Amino acid sequence: MTYWDQKTETIERAALEALQLKRLQAIVRRVARKVPFYQRKLADCGVQPRDIRSLADLRRLPFTTNTDLRDTYPTGLLAIPSEDVLRLHTSSGTTGKPKALFFSRRDVDNAAELMARCLVMTGVTHRDVLQNMMTYGLFTGALVMHYGAEKVGCLVIPAGPGNSEKQLLLMQDFRTTVIHVTPSYALYLADFMEKKGVDPRRDLALRKAFVGAESYTEETRRKIEQALGIDVYNSYGLSEMNGPGIAFECEHKCGMHIWEDNFLIEIIDPRTGEPLPDGQTGELVLTALCREAMPLLRYRTRDITSIIPGPCSCGRTHRRLHRMTGRSDDMLIVRGVNIYPQQIERVLMSLPSVGRNYQIVLEGLDEMTINVELAEAGFDGHVEHLTRLQSEIVDRLRAEILTKPKVHLVPPGTLPVSEGKAKRVIDNRSL
Amino acid sequence: MSAVNLIAVFAENQLGQMGRITQVLADAGVNIRWVTIATNERLGVIKFLVDKCDLAYESLHQKGWTASLVEVLAIEVEDKPGGLHTVADCLARNKINVENSSGFVSNNRAVLLIEVQDVAAARQILTKQTLRLLSQEEILTL
Repeated sequence: MTYWDQKTETIERAALEALQLKRLQAIVRRVARKVPFYQRKLADCGVQPRDIRSLADLRRLPFTTNTDLRDTYPTGLLAIPSEDVLRLHTSSGTTGKPKALFFSRRDVDNAAELMARCLVMTGVTHRDVLQNMMTYGLFTGALVMHYGAEKVGCLVIPAGPGNSEKQLLLMQDFRTTVIHVTPSYALYLADFMEKKGVDPRRDLALRKAFVGAESYTEETRRKIEQALGIDVYNSYGLSEMNGPGIAFECEHKCGMHIWEDNFLIEIIDPRTGEPLPDGQTGELVLTALCREAMPLLRYRTRDITSIIPGPCSCGRTHRRLHRMTGRSDDMLIVRGVNIYPQQIERVLMSLPSVGRNYQIVLEGLDEMTINVELAEAGFDGHVEHLTRLQSEIVDRLRAEILTKPKVHLVPPGTLPVSEGKAKRVIDNRSL
Repeated sequence: MSAVNLIAVFAENQLGQMGRITQVLADAGVNIRWVTIATNERLGVIKFLVDKCDLAYESLHQKGWTASLVEVLAIEVEDKPGGLHTVADCLARNKINVENSSGFVSNNRAVLLIEVQDVAAARQILTKQTLRLLSQEEILTL
């Protein structure tokens, strides 16, 4: 078992909690001094920094929300002088006003440090060649991975997303061993290789993929692993807290260790804001303990997950998060039923005759149609078998999401593919 | 006896699909001898009897179409009243359930193409009867 920072990664829980408290007290003192937004918020809650005497007092602190970040845009949450800011990122995947996220020199370095822990945790070494297919730019995904992999000593190929011909060429010529990619693009690439007659097991040196930036299911992980002949590790991050590298799976792939020396974690009931015990599913709330430029208290991530209780056999003492089951923003309400697209994906990907792409279309007055690509091998020339598969998909979906969708099977490769974040849901409802 | 293969293409039931597929076959120099279309709402499967089955499959596959070979039995039917009835009767007596069938007449010879669950078993039963099964070569030279 190798570690990047063994002392921190295997720290005793009691020592970890003492460290968390010390850091929490420091950060609350700092925002109370430097950030007018938090001065007001703390005053509204009637809390002063000296009231934080134990970790249980975290609950007395106010939440920070998505909206707060937009309202204070661009510099309202900055906790250091603007000349000390080293880097700006903005949030990804949202419409309207962006969220501005600042990094100090120490933040940039610390984000890379956490990323390095994650990489080594999955078995990456300085001998690896990492092809980074995330978007370089305002999005944190690519740069934080880039810096982390460089810290480990990998050869980093800053490929960025898209241009599959070029991606394949780079993989062949430089014997890429690790890719960092979105799940939808990983599946697209697998398809692309198949069309080009490239067998990744025979022709490439790939062994691992870090798949993130979109939530995906266990079934999709297996599909990617099978198609590319590699190990896929789930990862979690959000720009508001550094970007990627906040939580990552270890070699055991049984939940994502979240670096608790850097982040205080809570799971709350998204409706009441009340904390839930370990093991229960709710919204993840994070407090950044080490961020210098822009520390956030009790930030509501809108991501739905649970904490996996108990220790992990890898020896790390930092608790694990379950795979995100959805982003509360992704939830669809169709005919009064709450549906996460991940539920639909789980059903589809469990059927071997179903291919890799699908699309959920909402239109009219709450009509849900799911266009599903057939797997190449799923066609035997009989329309009756297609009809039967279509009804089976409908039945299974109805059992899972409690409403009956229309399902259209379409030939493989006919649905639009995206090379960045997939757009799975098209909402044309005239409500 | 070699089996008779049709080439089946999965195409959504929409305007112009047939034309896009026949274009591919024409460009590849594949001659179409017979065609049948099965649809169910938006699902559509077009089946062709062609002179060069493997070439047709390769060309369609390369152009991104989803295709598959379908094994059928080609039964020669007497081109006179009661001809088809003799065959249908024989199939029924031997409990061969036909999933799909189509037929055509060429140079005064009538042919019935049938799709069944178990092609090998059906072939065995039918060859024991008085019916004549045609091979791929025979059906293409009618």
